[in-house]
Amino acid sequence: MKKKEAMPALLAAILCVFMLAACTDVDTDPNPATGDAGAITLEFDNIVGDKNLVLGGGSSTNGAGEDFVLTKFNYYISNIKLLRQDGTYYTVPQDSSYFLIMEDKKESQLVKLNNVPYATYTGLEFMVGVDSARNTMPIEKRTGVLDPGGSMMEDGMYWAWNSGYIFMKMEGTSSKATSANGKFYYHIGLFGGYDIKTVNNTRVVKLGFNNLQANVTKDDAPEVHIFADVLKFFKGPGTNVSIKEYTSIMSQQPEKSKEVADNYAQMFNVDHIH
Amino acid sequence: MSAPFKGNFVLITRHFTNALAALFLIFFGLACQKDQEPVEPVSTGPTPIAWTKPKHFPDPVYDMSRNPLTEEGVELGRFLFYDGILSRTNQIGCGTCHQQEAAFTHHGHELSHGVDDLLGTRNSPAVQNMAWNTSFFWDGGVHDLDLLPFNPIQNPVEMDETVKNVITKLQATPLPTAKKAVDYPQMFKKAFGTEEITSERMMKALSQFMLTMVSAESRYDYYKMGDQSALNADEKQGMALFQAKCSSCHAGELFTDYSFRNNGLVPLRIDDKGRFGISANNADLYKFKVPSLRNVGLTAPYMHDGRFHTLEEVLDHYSDSIKPSATLDSVFIRQGEKPGITLSDAEKKSIIAFLRSLNDEQFIRNAKLSDPGVGTNF
Repeated sequence: MKKKEAMPALLAAILCVFMLAACTDVDTDPNPATGDAGAITLEFDNIVGDKNLVLGGGSSTNGAGEDFVLTKFNYYISNIKLLRQDGTYYTVPQDSSYFLIMEDKKESQLVKLNNVPYATYTGLEFMVGVDSARNTMPIEKRTGVLDPGGSMMEDGMYWAWNSGYIFMKMEGTSSKATSANGKFYYHIGLFGGYDIKTVNNTRVVKLGFNNLQANVTKDDAPEVHIFADVLKFFKGPGTNVSIKEYTSIMSQQPEKSKEVADNYAQMFNVDHIH
Repeated sequence: MSAPFKGNFVLITRHFTNALAALFLIFFGLACQKDQEPVEPVSTGPTPIAWTKPKHFPDPVYDMSRNPLTEEGVELGRFLFYDGILSRTNQIGCGTCHQQEAAFTHHGHELSHGVDDLLGTRNSPAVQNMAWNTSFFWDGGVHDLDLLPFNPIQNPVEMDETVKNVITKLQATPLPTAKKAVDYPQMFKKAFGTEEITSERMMKALSQFMLTMVSAESRYDYYKMGDQSALNADEKQGMALFQAKCSSCHAGELFTDYSFRNNGLVPLRIDDKGRFGISANNADLYKFKVPSLRNVGLTAPYMHDGRFHTLEEVLDHYSDSIKPSATLDSVFIRQGEKPGITLSDAEKKSIIAFLRSLNDEQFIRNAKLSDPGVGTNF
């Protein structure tokens, strides 16, 4: 009865997922052996080029040659899959696959995955943002970092007037910002729309471990160290963001936000595993 | 006059439910799974309320199986709805801008004022028949009743508070300084089994209360249910005119098709672009939700910005003042004439007489929907 207009699209999407899963059943392993499972940690380490990111720290220069200092940097990582050496995937159960990475909360940057089947992993896949389906789910499916009234609210990672999560939020100061307070604001969200079509700024990131491996065993709980480079948020395949030209990018500039999403899809890489 | 909705909220006692469930189990066993709701044989817990759809209404949109109504849940929702504790200043409740005597609108206010008298940009819409809404707010930015309250609570000119902080404040009740010392942890326990307060529980309680805000007992409804004398000749004439000239948008028993349309209002200074703010699609520029007309005689002022104070002004707009624009709704286009709805003065009078028959006096006087003593009206 509910969601009349979105229903066919949703059904189609679900069907597609099932069909896809049916066609490539080596791709996912929804029922990993629970007896032989360990842990792996993904560390999301935010950097600016070759420097560590420090909120309110020293000034950096973006791809447009503009100075900037970040004051806030948060983003959602979700729908994590780990690639085994044999080409199959371990998919983290969806309900426990949402993480909010916050630059000012060190513990949020360490994504610990438990119940990971013993195996040698050579890559991973995750979504930047919160998938469209979750964006339309009832409130009981929005717990933890997805709670629209929970801890997230302090950081405002949810648009209450236009139901939907903000996938990546970057704020900072720049001498080039045209705002009254000298700050720039990039709040990138939009999941495709509930009953109208909007841009979809969720991005799936696939990262190989290059020549490295993560062996999850009884004794080994490896840590995959991932860099997220702020400079690539500004300049990438989507656009070269000028703070002067775009001091604010939020929900009202969907095309621009899409370009930024194409950038953040490319800002991650695996640096090392320990 | 008949009273077709007398038993709108029938209380089913647990004993009766349990006895019924036991009977079913005995006679049909597990084979009968089709329309048998599992009933927990618990001896304590909230008392279920059977929510009954008015006979002439369509099926509700809200999925009540996810949030079954209970006496205690609705009562908690009623307190939360009226309590200013939801705002940063502890002064502004939902009921401040949604007052029962005005069918839960802010009577006399073109725009509403929230914390510190800060003004909003839109006219406060009626909180009624929420179970049938496909979306909420003038721009339809929220599509789930359970997610609605986050918006006014965190809007800086409405309640300017975070739900997280509201929960912290609720946990600290009862407060001796409050105008009425309400023990919220105890109320959450009664409604949900434990004292734990979460945003899910808070929103579900608010939804439960709002789902009981059903307006379906106007004179029009009595007429609809078979009482020919419920409307006079002029009102019946107005109804026929309304159906011919207004019901393409204000359709059905809820008097809205829940669509978004540009009805030719000249944008005011803030240039509110309506639905465009949600879709960022030029085709949605200046479109706003078609509001329900139930209780429209009680909900002045009108339009998304409250610019018209009387129904006469509203109909004059539709007959004479529609502003042409790229997204103006095609329903107003007239061959060889400027856009508008063709209405004579006499026709307008009849239509307004009919619209006033949609006033639901029982709804605005229903004690079960009224302020339990925690609210503020400004």
